[in-house]
Amino acid sequence: MIAAMPGLSRSDVEHVAHLARLGLTDDELTLLQGQLNHILEQYAKLAELATDDIPPTAQTIELENILREDLVTPSLPVEAVLANAPDSAGGYVVVPAILGGE
Amino acid sequence: MSEDLTRLMAHAMADRLGAGDVTSRELTEAHLDAAEAGNHALNAWLVIDRDEALRQADAADDRRRQGEVGVHPLLGIPVALKDLISVRGGQCTAGSRILEGYLAPYDAHITECLRAVGAVILGKTNMDEFAMGSSNEHSAYGPVANPWDLETVPGGSSGGSAVAVAAYHAPLSIGTDTGGSIRQPAALTGIVGMKPTYGRVSRFGIVAFASSLDQIGPFARDVRDAAALLHAIAGRDERDSTSAPEPVPDELIRLPASDDEAAAGLKGVRLGLPKEYFVAGMEPDARRRIEEAVAALERAGATVEEVSLPHTDYGLATYYIVAPAEASANLARYDGIRFGPQYGEGDALGNYFATRGRGFGPEVKRRIMLGTYALSAGYYDAFYVKAQKVRTLIKRDFDTLFEGGIDALVAPTSPSVAFRFGAKMADPVAMYLSDACTLPVNMAGLPGISIPCGLSEGMPVGLQLIGPAWSEPRLFALARGYEALTAGAAWRDQEPAQLGLTTDPAQPTPAERAAALAHR
Repeated sequence: MIAAMPGLSRSDVEHVAHLARLGLTDDELTLLQGQLNHILEQYAKLAELATDDIPPTAQTIELENILREDLVTPSLPVEAVLANAPDSAGGYVVVPAILGGE
Repeated sequence: MSEDLTRLMAHAMADRLGAGDVTSRELTEAHLDAAEAGNHALNAWLVIDRDEALRQADAADDRRRQGEVGVHPLLGIPVALKDLISVRGGQCTAGSRILEGYLAPYDAHITECLRAVGAVILGKTNMDEFAMGSSNEHSAYGPVANPWDLETVPGGSSGGSAVAVAAYHAPLSIGTDTGGSIRQPAALTGIVGMKPTYGRVSRFGIVAFASSLDQIGPFARDVRDAAALLHAIAGRDERDSTSAPEPVPDELIRLPASDDEAAAGLKGVRLGLPKEYFVAGMEPDARRRIEEAVAALERAGATVEEVSLPHTDYGLATYYIVAPAEASANLARYDGIRFGPQYGEGDALGNYFATRGRGFGPEVKRRIMLGTYALSAGYYDAFYVKAQKVRTLIKRDFDTLFEGGIDALVAPTSPSVAFRFGAKMADPVAMYLSDACTLPVNMAGLPGISIPCGLSEGMPVGLQLIGPAWSEPRLFALARGYEALTAGAAWRDQEPAQLGLTTDPAQPTPAERAAALAHR
């Protein structure tokens, strides 16, 4: 039940920030802990509703699958795609190594 | 020439263009001059592109000179775009530092549509970062002032687009609405704003916030102009798989010009007044404006019955699970690798933390944190699935009323008129409540329109009309009917009270006003 959930601790907030890949300062973490808990209190209201037999809604306007012809169409030129990258070489985006090193 | 062309409605501009007594270049220059003069005090624009706008205006004039037949009413008419809509070769910041320096490599679908009809794109407007906010104070490029009172916000997130139209910098603009981001700023600045049915307008080439809720829509100073702009941008586009294969109704460009004809259309219409939308804490005088509007509709022959949307009260919590969850997924792409600024010491994880920590502002961080938490292991069912189930209940509330024969719902757009800078910045929940009357409509995927219905202590109040899916022609006709009923009202002729101050270069910027208020 949502209502019974304890608030977020400091380490919970740090954990979520890690999952979200957000580098937050100590001040930001402190502020967010208070604000997130205040917002989570609003969520508790949903526990009033019995929803076991209610199907979830992900999309409101139901569409049938629409298939297109399997045709090759032009994509953006590589130069146009790479123009915004902070670093590129030989037609590729340069990224930091994630394997190897120590 | 002493006439101020910026005061014309777009349809009047189109008539004059067609008659050959004004050119698109003249119209475009007049609006560029107004935008440049007023932007210091209003900060509605992030880009005013004079050269490109004049080039498009000349091209529109050429098309007309060559005698092109069957032209769209928007040929040669200036338009402003919210700065999350891609225009090839131009910036598209979404109000964020994390997209600083990014140049769009292609046009959004709606940009292509506007080019095809020959509209003139004047530039890009300010907004809350990633469209998250109800006051435009969450822009990384500074707040926007409301020309009705320069110490108040214009609403958000499409605050710049609303103010550009309210302050006569453009007759038309484009916004996006995820929880009220078109309708609420339209209400707070005294103009018309519509959020179409989910799937009506392709989102290809716009920056995504919450993909099951986002829709693009028009701002204008009257109903006919808003409908014509929707007509230009609506329709199926295979690059957005949620854009529906619904025909674009030509009624959108044929709304009655005659007030008598428009008002006559209200006879026999069944309207519902959802009692839950008169929320506790709603300003009593704003409420009176809505009640007066309802009385006027009844006098014109509409029947108005009190109805109930019993799950309204659960909308806020539901929305603030679904929207942040979708946002946290959509915003994962901002990693500093393929575009935008990159910060860090060179290791992959450290770069993510540094780039996202520096690139996103406080409200965006808050929503990413909320969404990440709601989707995280152990909480997914309790929050996200629960919210999606309640979303079903909210949608069923609307379905039941429309299936029961109600043509449209009448409600306030916002519980309050425009508020002072800083008034809701310390308490996110207070800010979120600004959208209590608009966000259920997004949750249900329905069309909604806000139209001006008078002033409360000198500030505009918006009347919201909500209809079943794909009922935009009907909603616009009803809105046009209400507009016609009040055509003679004194408040109709009133310009934003502090508009005159906005061209004074000695006036403070909105950021300076906000800072001064914070210290008062």
